[in-house]
Amino acid sequence: MSIIEAKNIFVNYGPSEALKDISFVIERGDFVGLAGSNGAGKTTLVKTILGLLPLSKGSIELFEKNQDTFNDWYKIGYLPQKFSTINALFPATVEEVVTLGLLSVKKFPKRITKADKERAKKIMEELGIIKFAKKMLSELSGGQQQKALLGRALIAEPEILIFDEPSTALDPNSRESFFKLLQSLNKEKGITIILITHDTGYIGKYANKLLYIDRELIYFGKFSEFCADNKMQSYFGEHEQHIICHQHD
Amino acid sequence: MEIIDFLQYSFIQKAFIAGFFVAITCSILGLFLVLRKMSLIGDGLSHVSFGAIALGLFFGIYPFYVAVPLVILASILILKISEKAKIYGDAAIGIVSAVGISGGVILASLSQGFNVDLFSYLFGNILAISNLEVVLSALLSIIVILVIYFFYWDLFSATFDEEYSKTTGIKTTFINNLLTVLTAVTVVLSIRMAGVMLVSALLILPAVTALQLSSGFKKAMLISVITSLLSISLGIIFSFFLDLPTGATIVMINVLFFGIALVYKKL
Repeated sequence: MSIIEAKNIFVNYGPSEALKDISFVIERGDFVGLAGSNGAGKTTLVKTILGLLPLSKGSIELFEKNQDTFNDWYKIGYLPQKFSTINALFPATVEEVVTLGLLSVKKFPKRITKADKERAKKIMEELGIIKFAKKMLSELSGGQQQKALLGRALIAEPEILIFDEPSTALDPNSRESFFKLLQSLNKEKGITIILITHDTGYIGKYANKLLYIDRELIYFGKFSEFCADNKMQSYFGEHEQHIICHQHD
Repeated sequence: MEIIDFLQYSFIQKAFIAGFFVAITCSILGLFLVLRKMSLIGDGLSHVSFGAIALGLFFGIYPFYVAVPLVILASILILKISEKAKIYGDAAIGIVSAVGISGGVILASLSQGFNVDLFSYLFGNILAISNLEVVLSALLSIIVILVIYFFYWDLFSATFDEEYSKTTGIKTTFINNLLTVLTAVTVVLSIRMAGVMLVSALLILPAVTALQLSSGFKKAMLISVITSLLSISLGIIFSFFLDLPTGATIVMINVLFFGIALVYKKL
């Protein structure tokens, strides 16, 4: 089953084309590394998928429904880039932040029940942040904050998780354990993952597919095929292709 | 005079009733506004209220009835100007605010009759509040509080992380409009208490005091409400016994609480 299908999508920022004629299909269970240089349009692509930016041309299907008519947003968990969108002064506790992820399954008037709080507790236990439940998000380290936001993305039991450069707020050890956590979510719970990264030398270790863009689609397919692709070798050069591939198991 | 005697005056009772409703509304709404960097919208809308009150007085209509719809309209105009003209919200507030004040001054000059009435709205006087104003304050405050109650989690999510909240299906444009309209109603309600010049203080000060002390949003809301209720109560009492202007006294007590919270946080 296709989870996301992009058909010839174009996105314009004023007169300039941010994305040009991009098509791909992400299937259930995929772990996709979305890579590209700075300004290649990775975040733009993800925001367009999420409906945060309008399409100029083309179409996107989410869970085989046109994006315009798609309402099951609880199926998609999202972690924005480097907490850039979060209000730093907001006095939210970790428990409150995790609970926010449930709003996608709530109908008006939205209320948080005891069962919801139990669910949040369970997620915080699984992520090892239960001891911070009553602490304010701003009091936590980068790695702990990341886990709280992951909890927010996971609590509604999404079928796909989208991460925008999650490792930038983490030290190398936290990064390793965070990526392993994502791998287990993908392998054990079958959650489809899209992970934006400019760290192409690292992503191959975890992702099974690579989506490489530079405003337009450069490559979409299996990592193993990318590494054997002569066309990609001539695009990236042998050395760069090797860097992207060498950590892939 | 004993405090018991003081509480038996009907104008004092009315001041407390209206004051409590407005205090709760301002302190809850103010928290969202401060956290969304919209603190000055209260200031801008109070200036529009000045123009709207002048218009009411000019045509001999009860000012409250003119101010509520006009200030709501102005609040929507601020949002539209910042969206359509692609300018920042503070500039849009500045434009609408200037129109309100200058309109009020022109009307006052043309009428040459109601200057005293109009200028009494500049600094407010909760001790002179009428029965009708008490009822309207209570009714509108209850509506504002109910709307906040029903949209609490949407407001929370959109204020904490607007972009993320969109991905959970929250209509953030609607939430922004709602917050602005609620602010408009609350500003008009508060004018009789603190006046055009000081009304934004009722929205901002309890919220910033709470943010110094709180560890969690619900606690912040509770502290903001308590601070606001205390300031209004003490403001009414002190202004009466010390013969001071009530609105300004309420604001100064709020400032004092903020100062104490700041010092407490540093300790």
